Amino acid sequence: MWIDRITELVPAERMVAIKNVSLAEDHLHDHFPRTETRGALPVMPASLILEGMAQTGGVLVGHAGAFREKVILAKISKAELTREAMPGSTLRYTATVQRMDSRGAATMGTVDLLDHAGSGTFEPIGEVNLMFSFLDQNMGAAAGFPDHNFVFGDAFKTILRTSGIAIPGEDD
Amino acid sequence: MTREEIFEKVKEVLVDALAADDDEVTAEATLEGDLGAESIDYLDIRFKLEQEFDFKIADGELFPDDVGRNSEFVQDGKVTATGIAAMKEKLPHIDFTAFEANPEVGKVSELFTVDTLVSFVENKLAG
Repeated sequence: MWIDRITELVPAERMVAIKNVSLAEDHLHDHFPRTETRGALPVMPASLILEGMAQTGGVLVGHAGAFREKVILAKISKAELTREAMPGSTLRYTATVQRMDSRGAATMGTVDLLDHAGSGTFEPIGEVNLMFSFLDQNMGAAAGFPDHNFVFGDAFKTILRTSGIAIPGEDD
Repeated sequence: MTREEIFEKVKEVLVDALAADDDEVTAEATLEGDLGAESIDYLDIRFKLEQEFDFKIADGELFPDDVGRNSEFVQDGKVTATGIAAMKEKLPHIDFTAFEANPEVGKVSELFTVDTLVSFVENKLAG
Protein backbone atom coordinates (compact mmCIF):
# COMPACT_ATOMS: atom_id res chain seq x y z
CA MET A 1 0.00 0.00 0.00
CA TRP A 2 1.12 3.55 -0.67
CA ILE A 3 -0.94 5.06 2.11
CA ASP A 4 -0.40 4.20 5.76
CA ARG A 5 -3.58 5.39 7.38
CA ILE A 6 -6.85 7.05 6.53
CA THR A 7 -7.34 9.99 8.86
CA GLU A 8 -10.67 11.30 7.61
CA LEU A 9 -13.49 10.01 5.46
CA VAL A 10 -16.62 11.92 4.57
CA PRO A 11 -18.43 9.32 2.45
CA ALA A 12 -18.74 10.20 -1.24
CA GLU A 13 -17.18 13.62 -0.57
CA ARG A 14 -13.67 13.64 0.77
CA MET A 15 -10.93 11.44 2.13
CA VAL A 16 -7.62 12.24 3.78
CA ALA A 17 -4.77 9.74 4.11
CA ILE A 18 -1.17 9.95 5.25
CA LYS A 19 2.00 8.24 4.13
CA ASN A 20 5.16 8.23 6.20
CA VAL A 21 8.25 8.23 4.01
CA SER A 22 10.84 5.86 5.48
CA LEU A 23 14.41 5.04 4.62
CA ALA A 24 13.48 1.41 5.33
CA GLU A 25 11.68 1.38 1.97
CA ASP A 26 14.00 -0.33 -0.49
CA HIS A 27 13.04 1.77 -3.47
CA LEU A 28 14.45 4.89 -1.84
CA HIS A 29 17.90 3.31 -2.06
CA ASP A 30 17.62 3.29 -5.82
CA HIS A 31 15.91 6.65 -6.12
CA PHE A 32 18.46 8.10 -6.48
CA PRO A 33 21.63 6.08 -5.88
CA ARG A 34 25.09 7.53 -5.35
CA THR A 35 26.94 8.59 -8.48
CA GLU A 36 30.59 9.43 -9.05
CA THR A 37 29.86 13.11 -8.54
CA ARG A 38 27.37 13.11 -5.64
CA GLY A 39 26.10 11.02 -2.77
CA ALA A 40 22.83 9.08 -2.70
CA LEU A 41 19.67 11.19 -2.82
CA PRO A 42 16.77 9.22 -1.35
CA VAL A 43 13.44 10.86 -2.21
CA MET A 44 9.94 9.49 -2.61
CA PRO A 45 9.39 8.87 -6.35
CA ALA A 46 6.77 11.21 -7.80
CA SER A 47 5.08 8.25 -9.51
CA LEU A 48 4.47 6.66 -6.10
CA ILE A 49 3.09 9.93 -4.74
CA LEU A 50 0.59 9.76 -7.62
CA GLU A 51 -0.17 6.17 -6.64
CA GLY A 52 -0.77 7.33 -3.06
CA MET A 53 -3.29 9.85 -4.32
CA ALA A 54 -4.82 7.21 -6.61
CA GLN A 55 -5.32 4.90 -3.63
CA THR A 56 -6.81 7.75 -1.59
CA GLY A 57 -9.20 8.76 -4.35
CA GLY A 58 -9.86 5.15 -5.29
CA VAL A 59 -10.90 4.15 -1.77
CA LEU A 60 -13.06 7.28 -1.49
CA VAL A 61 -14.85 6.44 -4.74
CA GLY A 62 -14.99 2.70 -4.03
CA HIS A 63 -16.40 3.27 -0.55
CA ALA A 64 -19.13 5.52 -1.98
CA GLY A 65 -20.39 2.52 -3.96
CA ALA A 66 -19.94 0.03 -1.11
CA PHE A 67 -16.96 -1.44 -3.04
CA ARG A 68 -19.28 -3.02 -5.61
CA GLU A 69 -17.49 -1.32 -8.51
CA LYS A 70 -14.03 -2.22 -9.77
CA VAL A 71 -12.60 1.27 -9.56
CA ILE A 72 -9.66 1.68 -11.94
CA LEU A 73 -7.42 4.71 -12.29
CA ALA A 74 -8.09 5.77 -15.87
CA LYS A 75 -6.61 9.22 -16.28
CA ILE A 76 -4.29 11.65 -14.56
CA SER A 77 -5.91 14.95 -15.49
CA LYS A 78 -3.39 17.05 -13.62
CA ALA A 79 -0.25 16.35 -11.62
CA GLU A 80 1.95 19.06 -10.18
CA LEU A 81 4.49 18.49 -7.43
CA THR A 82 6.74 21.29 -6.32
CA ARG A 83 8.91 19.71 -3.63
CA GLU A 84 10.69 16.44 -2.88
CA ALA A 85 9.50 14.22 -0.02
CA MET A 86 12.54 13.09 1.96
CA PRO A 87 12.71 10.11 4.35
CA GLY A 88 11.37 11.09 7.74
CA SER A 89 8.66 13.30 6.30
CA THR A 90 4.92 12.69 6.12
CA LEU A 91 2.80 13.09 3.02
CA ARG A 92 -0.87 13.92 3.34
CA TYR A 93 -3.26 13.21 0.48
CA THR A 94 -6.65 14.92 0.41
CA ALA A 95 -8.99 13.71 -2.34
CA THR A 96 -12.35 15.35 -3.05
CA VAL A 97 -15.03 13.95 -5.35
CA GLN A 98 -15.63 16.44 -8.09
CA ARG A 99 -18.13 14.38 -10.06
CA MET A 100 -19.33 10.79 -9.85
CA ASP A 101 -21.90 8.84 -11.85
CA SER A 102 -22.65 5.27 -12.89
CA ARG A 103 -19.61 5.09 -15.21
CA GLY A 104 -16.86 6.66 -13.18
CA ALA A 105 -15.65 9.53 -11.07
CA ALA A 106 -13.38 12.55 -11.14
CA THR A 107 -11.45 13.60 -8.04
CA MET A 108 -9.41 16.66 -7.17
CA GLY A 109 -6.53 16.23 -4.81
CA THR A 110 -3.97 18.16 -2.84
CA VAL A 111 -0.67 16.81 -1.57
CA ASP A 112 0.79 18.30 1.61
CA LEU A 113 4.14 17.58 3.21
CA LEU A 114 5.09 17.63 6.86
CA ASP A 115 8.84 17.99 7.19
CA HIS A 116 9.45 17.02 10.80
CA ALA A 117 12.79 18.81 10.75
CA GLY A 118 11.28 21.89 9.12
CA SER A 119 8.28 24.02 9.97
CA GLY A 120 6.51 21.18 11.78
CA THR A 121 3.28 21.86 9.90
CA PHE A 122 1.81 20.46 6.70
CA GLU A 123 2.61 22.59 3.69
CA PRO A 124 1.06 22.17 0.23
CA ILE A 125 3.43 20.65 -2.33
CA GLY A 126 1.13 19.75 -5.18
CA GLU A 127 -2.16 19.01 -6.86
CA VAL A 128 -3.23 15.73 -8.44
CA ASN A 129 -6.57 15.42 -10.24
CA LEU A 130 -7.65 11.97 -11.34
CA MET A 131 -10.36 10.10 -13.19
CA PHE A 132 -11.56 6.65 -12.25
CA SER A 133 -13.45 4.25 -14.46
CA PHE A 134 -15.89 1.64 -13.18
CA LEU A 135 -14.58 -1.33 -15.10
CA ASP A 136 -17.75 -3.41 -15.40
CA GLN A 137 -19.88 -0.43 -16.42
CA ASN A 138 -17.53 0.56 -19.23
CA MET A 139 -16.15 -2.74 -20.45
CA GLY A 140 -19.12 -5.01 -19.81
CA ALA A 141 -19.19 -8.73 -19.08
CA ALA A 142 -17.74 -9.49 -22.51
CA ALA A 143 -14.37 -8.17 -21.34
CA GLY A 144 -14.03 -11.31 -19.23
CA PHE A 145 -13.06 -9.78 -15.89
CA PRO A 146 -13.78 -11.96 -12.86
CA ASP A 147 -16.86 -11.32 -10.74
CA HIS A 148 -15.04 -10.71 -7.48
CA ASN A 149 -13.74 -7.23 -6.85
CA PHE A 150 -10.01 -7.80 -7.38
CA VAL A 151 -9.30 -4.08 -7.11
CA PHE A 152 -10.05 -3.83 -3.42
CA GLY A 153 -8.13 -6.75 -1.99
CA ASP A 154 -6.95 -7.58 1.51
CA ALA A 155 -4.46 -4.72 1.72
CA PHE A 156 -7.22 -2.18 1.16
CA LYS A 157 -9.49 -3.88 3.67
CA THR A 158 -6.72 -3.91 6.23
CA ILE A 159 -6.06 -0.21 5.96
CA LEU A 160 -9.77 0.55 6.23
CA ARG A 161 -10.05 -1.56 9.37
CA THR A 162 -6.85 -0.24 10.97
CA SER A 163 -8.13 3.26 10.27
CA GLY A 164 -11.39 2.47 12.04
CA ILE A 165 -13.58 2.58 8.95
CA ALA A 166 -16.31 -0.01 8.52
CA ILE A 167 -16.28 -1.82 5.18
CA PRO A 168 -19.73 -1.54 3.63
CA GLY A 169 -21.26 -4.96 3.15
CA GLU A 170 -18.76 -6.68 5.47
CA ASP A 171 -18.79 -4.78 8.75
CA ASP A 172 -22.39 -3.54 8.68
CA MET B 1 -25.72 32.16 -25.22
CA THR B 2 -24.75 32.36 -28.91
CA ARG B 3 -23.33 29.40 -30.83
CA GLU B 4 -19.97 31.19 -30.96
CA GLU B 5 -19.95 31.61 -27.20
CA ILE B 6 -20.83 27.94 -26.75
CA PHE B 7 -18.02 27.00 -29.15
CA GLU B 8 -15.48 28.99 -27.12
CA LYS B 9 -16.52 27.26 -23.90
CA VAL B 10 -16.53 23.82 -25.54
CA LYS B 11 -13.09 24.61 -26.87
CA GLU B 12 -11.85 25.40 -23.36
CA VAL B 13 -13.27 22.08 -22.15
CA LEU B 14 -11.50 20.17 -24.92
CA VAL B 15 -8.18 21.98 -24.49
CA ASP B 16 -8.34 21.02 -20.82
CA ALA B 17 -9.64 17.45 -21.18
CA LEU B 18 -7.53 16.40 -24.16
CA ALA B 19 -4.48 18.62 -23.65
CA ALA B 20 -5.20 19.89 -27.16
CA ASP B 21 -3.75 23.08 -28.61
CA ASP B 22 -6.15 25.99 -29.12
CA ASP B 23 -5.72 25.97 -32.88
CA GLU B 24 -6.37 22.22 -33.15
CA VAL B 25 -9.89 22.64 -31.79
CA THR B 26 -11.78 23.59 -34.93
CA ALA B 27 -15.48 22.96 -35.51
CA GLU B 28 -14.71 20.10 -37.93
CA ALA B 29 -12.08 18.36 -35.77
CA THR B 30 -13.04 14.82 -34.73
CA LEU B 31 -12.61 14.09 -31.04
CA GLU B 32 -10.83 10.80 -31.55
CA GLY B 33 -9.01 11.08 -34.88
CA ASP B 34 -7.94 14.72 -34.70
CA LEU B 35 -7.83 15.48 -31.00
CA GLY B 36 -6.73 12.07 -29.71
CA ALA B 37 -9.64 11.35 -27.35
CA GLU B 38 -9.62 7.91 -25.70
CA SER B 39 -12.54 6.16 -24.01
CA ILE B 40 -12.09 7.74 -20.56
CA ASP B 41 -11.88 11.17 -22.17
CA TYR B 42 -15.53 10.91 -23.21
CA LEU B 43 -16.50 10.66 -19.54
CA ASP B 44 -14.13 13.52 -18.71
CA ILE B 45 -15.66 15.68 -21.46
CA ARG B 46 -19.13 14.85 -20.18
CA PHE B 47 -18.22 15.82 -16.60
CA LYS B 48 -16.56 19.03 -17.74
CA LEU B 49 -19.51 20.04 -19.96
CA GLU B 50 -21.87 19.45 -17.04
CA GLN B 51 -19.73 21.67 -14.86
CA GLU B 52 -19.24 24.37 -17.48
CA PHE B 53 -22.88 24.63 -18.54
CA ASP B 54 -24.55 23.59 -15.29
CA PHE B 55 -26.73 20.78 -16.65
CA LYS B 56 -26.80 17.01 -16.25
CA ILE B 57 -26.04 14.60 -19.07
CA ALA B 58 -27.55 11.12 -18.81
CA ASP B 59 -25.79 7.91 -19.85
CA GLY B 60 -25.90 7.60 -23.63
CA GLU B 61 -27.26 11.10 -24.14
CA LEU B 62 -24.08 12.63 -25.53
CA PHE B 63 -22.25 9.58 -26.90
CA PRO B 64 -23.79 6.20 -27.75
CA ASP B 65 -23.00 3.71 -25.01
CA ASP B 66 -24.41 0.46 -26.34
CA VAL B 67 -23.84 0.33 -30.09
CA GLY B 68 -20.91 -2.08 -29.98
CA ARG B 69 -22.53 -4.34 -27.41
CA ASN B 70 -25.90 -4.85 -29.03
CA SER B 71 -25.96 -7.56 -31.71
CA GLU B 72 -29.09 -6.01 -33.23
CA PHE B 73 -27.14 -2.83 -33.84
CA VAL B 74 -24.00 -4.29 -35.37
CA GLN B 75 -23.61 -7.03 -37.93
CA ASP B 76 -20.53 -7.92 -39.99
CA GLY B 77 -18.67 -4.88 -38.74
CA LYS B 78 -21.39 -2.47 -39.83
CA VAL B 79 -24.03 -0.62 -37.90
CA THR B 80 -27.44 -1.93 -38.98
CA ALA B 81 -30.38 0.21 -40.04
CA THR B 82 -31.91 -0.54 -36.62
CA GLY B 83 -28.71 0.66 -34.96
CA ILE B 84 -28.61 3.85 -37.00
CA ALA B 85 -32.27 4.52 -36.26
CA ALA B 86 -31.63 4.01 -32.53
CA MET B 87 -28.64 6.35 -32.61
CA LYS B 88 -30.57 8.98 -34.55
CA GLU B 89 -33.32 8.91 -31.97
CA LYS B 90 -30.94 9.15 -29.02
CA LEU B 91 -28.47 11.56 -30.58
CA PRO B 92 -30.37 14.24 -32.48
CA HIS B 93 -27.33 16.55 -32.33
CA ILE B 94 -25.44 14.35 -34.79
CA ASP B 95 -25.59 14.45 -38.58
CA PHE B 96 -25.59 10.85 -39.85
CA THR B 97 -25.82 11.66 -43.58
CA ALA B 98 -22.24 10.76 -44.55
CA PHE B 99 -22.07 7.84 -42.12
CA GLU B 100 -25.15 6.14 -43.57
CA ALA B 101 -23.41 5.70 -46.91
CA ASN B 102 -20.80 3.44 -45.27
CA PRO B 103 -21.81 2.66 -41.68
CA GLU B 104 -18.67 0.81 -40.54
CA VAL B 105 -18.43 0.44 -36.77
CA GLY B 106 -14.90 1.82 -36.88
CA LYS B 107 -16.24 5.04 -38.34
CA VAL B 108 -18.70 5.74 -35.51
CA SER B 109 -16.05 7.81 -33.76
CA GLU B 110 -15.84 10.10 -36.79
CA LEU B 111 -19.39 11.23 -36.06
CA PHE B 112 -18.18 13.06 -33.00
CA THR B 113 -16.71 16.40 -33.88
CA VAL B 114 -16.31 19.61 -31.93
CA ASP B 115 -19.32 20.94 -33.82
CA THR B 116 -21.35 17.95 -32.57
CA LEU B 117 -20.65 18.96 -29.00
CA VAL B 118 -21.59 22.57 -29.72
CA SER B 119 -24.92 21.40 -31.20
CA PHE B 120 -25.49 19.14 -28.21
CA VAL B 121 -24.95 22.00 -25.77
CA GLU B 122 -27.08 24.34 -27.87
CA ASN B 123 -29.96 21.81 -27.82
CA LYS B 124 -29.59 21.23 -24.09
CA LEU B 125 -29.60 24.92 -23.26
CA ALA B 126 -32.65 25.44 -25.47
CA GLY B 127 -34.38 22.77 -23.38
